[in-house]
Amino acid sequence: MLSRGGGRARPARGGGFELYSWYFFRISGLVLIFMAIFHVVVMHVVNTVDEIDFAFVADRWNSPFWRVYDMLLLFFAMLHGVNGARVSIDDYVHRAGWRIVAYSALWLITVLFLVIGAMAIVTFDPNAFDTVTAGS
Amino acid sequence: MLNIYRGREGMISWALHRLTGLGVLLFLLIHIADIYVINYGPEAFDELLFIYHNPFFRAMEVLLVAALYYHGLNGLRIIAIDFWDRAVLYQRQLFWAVVIAFFVTFIPTAILMLRPVLWAN
Repeated sequence: MLSRGGGRARPARGGGFELYSWYFFRISGLVLIFMAIFHVVVMHVVNTVDEIDFAFVADRWNSPFWRVYDMLLLFFAMLHGVNGARVSIDDYVHRAGWRIVAYSALWLITVLFLVIGAMAIVTFDPNAFDTVTAGS
Repeated sequence: MLNIYRGREGMISWALHRLTGLGVLLFLLIHIADIYVINYGPEAFDELLFIYHNPFFRAMEVLLVAALYYHGLNGLRIIAIDFWDRAVLYQRQLFWAVVIAFFVTFIPTAILMLRPVLWAN
């Protein structure tokens, strides 16, 4: 397969998973250019890390818009990144045994981090802590 | 990565794309973990954020944004080459366009990000 100085060559027609992966990489990449850059501009340029604390996140997640936004960003970014790691493993890990180890670790990390990330976004309830602070 | 094939712009852009991608992924995992701590309450979360105020991490944060900007801009170049046949003829010029667009966007961003440090007191 001849690369043309861009990304991987597009897998042949009927490539099944690899073809979907190839398209997903490019589509999620385009989505992430807007979503990830906007996230960086809001969190690191308009605000800086000095302003961000528990109260900041609580205020932000009061809005369903930001919860949905962060959830979409979590899934797009994780799946795009993990797909990159998958292709990298494919390129560098050649021994059959090590490939099984690397792919298993990657799957485990993917599921674990998507679950804890989604849990944080969905279950967060700032009022649960306000009552504690008010009571003490 | 660099000892396998000695290409020019195409090779450099590819190596940087992979390096920045894996770097951003590593940060993403750290970031998911730190946000998870928010459900342990304000004390735990605010205490953890000392990491982000540390000078080393501040530098890493700027480096992260650099990686993200390059990866995004070069990603646009890859998509252009993949979907537009004539772009491959200009892939070298497109790489230098990516480099220029990177500096034009990254330098102001970095200055803004470091404003609390640069103009402290």
